[in-house]
Amino acid sequence: MEQMMFYCFAAILLFSATMVITVRNPVRAALFLILAFFTSAAIWLMLEAEFLALTLVLVYVGAVMVLFLFVVMMLDIDLSPLQEGFTQYLTLGIIVATLITIEMVAVLGAANFGLDVVPIPSAHPDGYSNTKEIGLLLYSVYVYPFELASVILTVAIIAAITLTLRPKKSKFQDVSQQVKVRKEDRLRIVKMAVVKPEEEES
Amino acid sequence: MIALSDFLILGALLFSLSIAGIFINRKNIIILLMCIELMLLAVNLNFIAFSHYSSDISGQIFVFFILTVAAAEAAIGLAILVVLFRNKHTINVADLDQLKG
Repeated sequence: MEQMMFYCFAAILLFSATMVITVRNPVRAALFLILAFFTSAAIWLMLEAEFLALTLVLVYVGAVMVLFLFVVMMLDIDLSPLQEGFTQYLTLGIIVATLITIEMVAVLGAANFGLDVVPIPSAHPDGYSNTKEIGLLLYSVYVYPFELASVILTVAIIAAITLTLRPKKSKFQDVSQQVKVRKEDRLRIVKMAVVKPEEEES
Repeated sequence: MIALSDFLILGALLFSLSIAGIFINRKNIIILLMCIELMLLAVNLNFIAFSHYSSDISGQIFVFFILTVAAAEAAIGLAILVVLFRNKHTINVADLDQLKG
């Protein structure tokens, strides 16, 4: 049963990855990438990494892929020149990918990492919480990298905003212009005859 | 029962699929970014599989940091892409040759 589920998820994952790299429309590619992330979150759940599986769904499907879809739909891209060379490099890509697969399977196959070499780990006791374990480790041993991760995220926010901000259209004060201004530039004294205003009915 | 090698081979297949994607979509930066995300996903799958089979949770911590950096990378990459499209009106890699490298 578990094996059936694994092979089912693996098939969906590989199918969606293939569709991501072959489909013509970037919007469809982004949607298939969402399917790939979701399926691998299911596989991570099978590996008892509950916290990371939920983080993957929240962060990737919820934020990063929405950002991708947003950008893909915002840019008005002419797709025809982007497709040229597709068949030309298809053979090369398939050859390289097949070679890499053969090499990695030769190393990572059942002979080195099979069930008899790496047995199934013993089940966790009752009340075991994956999130609690990660939290305990993250806030004690890895607290310094955790702070660095927050710095990286801040840098990413600042960089993304600074890159896409259009400086000419934003309102800002130019201090030197403000200091340089003279009274004659701004103030105009108008001489005119005194007119008594009409009494207003109140 | 599922062996560790099954997960590792699945990760290897995913990784080589995304390498093939970089080869055949070499003109379209958006698809290239998506292929990089797929590669990171394959690497994360390996980390989690090893973490599970060696009963060591540190591998999952590493995946946590990879997710953080990948999110930052995607945000900055897409921002660069938007600026590029605004200035050049193209995202074709072949047209981006101002540096004459």
